[in-house]
Amino acid sequence: MHDIALKIKEACPEGFIAEKQAFGELTVIVDRAYVMEVCRFLLEEPSLDFDMLTDLCSVDFPNEAPRFEVVYQLYSLEWNHRLRIKARVPEDDCRIDSVCALWRSANFMEREVYDMMGISFNNHPDLRRILMTEDYDEGYPLRKDFPVEGRGWRDDFDRLSQDAG
Amino acid sequence: MSMDETQEEIIRPDHYGDDDFDTDLERTAPKKRVEDLLLNMGPQHPSTHGVLRIVLEMEGEIIVKATPYLGYLHRGVEKLSENSTYSQIIPLTDRLDYTCSMTNNYAFVRAVEKLLQVEIPERAEYVRTIVAEMQRLAGHLFWLGTQALDIGAMTVFFYTFREREVLLDLFEVLCGARLTMSYYRVGGVDRDLTKEIVDRLYKFLETFPENVDEYNTLLETNRIWLGRTRDIAVISAKDAVSFGLTGPALRGSGVNYDIRKAEPYGVYDKVEWEVPLGKKGDTYDRYWIRVEEMRQSAKIIKQCLDQLPEGPIAVDLPTITYPPRDKVTTDMESLIHHFMIATEGFDVPEGEIYCGTEVPKGELGFYIVSQGGNKPYRLRIRPPSFIHMGAFEHMARGYMVSDIITIFGTYDVVMGECDR
Repeated sequence: MHDIALKIKEACPEGFIAEKQAFGELTVIVDRAYVMEVCRFLLEEPSLDFDMLTDLCSVDFPNEAPRFEVVYQLYSLEWNHRLRIKARVPEDDCRIDSVCALWRSANFMEREVYDMMGISFNNHPDLRRILMTEDYDEGYPLRKDFPVEGRGWRDDFDRLSQDAG
Repeated sequence: MSMDETQEEIIRPDHYGDDDFDTDLERTAPKKRVEDLLLNMGPQHPSTHGVLRIVLEMEGEIIVKATPYLGYLHRGVEKLSENSTYSQIIPLTDRLDYTCSMTNNYAFVRAVEKLLQVEIPERAEYVRTIVAEMQRLAGHLFWLGTQALDIGAMTVFFYTFREREVLLDLFEVLCGARLTMSYYRVGGVDRDLTKEIVDRLYKFLETFPENVDEYNTLLETNRIWLGRTRDIAVISAKDAVSFGLTGPALRGSGVNYDIRKAEPYGVYDKVEWEVPLGKKGDTYDRYWIRVEEMRQSAKIIKQCLDQLPEGPIAVDLPTITYPPRDKVTTDMESLIHHFMIATEGFDVPEGEIYCGTEVPKGELGFYIVSQGGNKPYRLRIRPPSFIHMGAFEHMARGYMVSDIITIFGTYDVVMGECDR
């Protein structure tokens, strides 16, 4: 087992589910209830010091349960190492704790996940749609059951006919 | 638009029109009235480099809150990518940050190659590094010209675009396009550097450092430029890291993080160059860093050209690389081969990777989840511009409304990449 994964397991044994090493990258899968605890440990433990949340996104697996996966890419400037944290979120209780209090970059990225995949973040300071308009009501575009051409919302737009001048 | 419609009338300051008025408004105009304003900037505004709306809450001229509204340029690139083969995604990446499409291509093909675990021939690595640094020059020249133009120094624009034009002409010779290049291929590049391009590039590099000095004579100690950029949009190193800033925006605050050094790719570890770092984290520092990076990029290109080895420009792996271009037009089997890769693509092993690349704006990352097959199951783009916009509110607070353009420009945000 990788050193970093071992440290996470020691610090938060209830939250740790599994680790995976592939393509030279380390992935740790955690329980969504302990995401905040694990992330706080990763940020505050000096020997890990993951001070940069590089990316936060989500993946949809409609045929699996729990359905969604929230993915955190972390980077440490001090130690020059990377880590990927993943947590599964079920469809019927589609929420996970926000990590905005730890990394301020999480604010916009969590809003994007909410906008694109409909996962809510507990304690997020300003959870609104970010890329789609506020009155967008077709659902969540990056879910796998959403058609790539949309659901006809754009057909309602006013169009100018050719002879309108 | 006034937030409070029941304001009293504007009181004329006593000194107005007096011959011997004191310039100190605080003292001579005790009844100075401050009005809360809600100002809508955008979506169409020449300096927003795309379409962006910012709602400014102001107390007089001071910005209290600046809320960006994004998404005007959202085209669903991530969703489209899930339905495209890997080679079809390369042209989509051109349209992210359309001022630096070469480096976007590079970031994407690097991610796919990490999944495929292919080794790139040496000459291809050199060509890629040269072209990426040419693009960095073009990107920074574009930034310097437009940032100065936005602030009001129009002349710089003509000088920087003079050099950018030379680079775009070279790109045109290289791949036939000037803006949306699609030059990189998974496993290599599309065409080789010809002798003509190498010669013209050498000639360009001879005069380029002098040209950078020329821009600096216009700006470096220019009083107006200093007044408009020094101590504007200051961000501390701690905040910059917390906001996930990368590229010149992070290095301006003195944090030494450049992927080309931290996780070297291409041939960046075979050439000598330095990472310029700022001290204060203000707009002037970021300007200085970009200018310095241009000098470093020129140095990198020069060394790469000197070392440029002979050899193939793409990996010899017929399942993923296109056949040579001249054969496609004369040879039936090569044409079929080309057609199959263009339409059906190639299979990529199952797995997930994250791969970050240093583009002119910062760290452009691609997170690819593959379940095998010729299309990604999920492709997440980590766009530096989007993440930099997250820090916009923090950066803009407390500055004057006239600074908002400077603050926006200082990150080098391009909305095509921000909204994807």
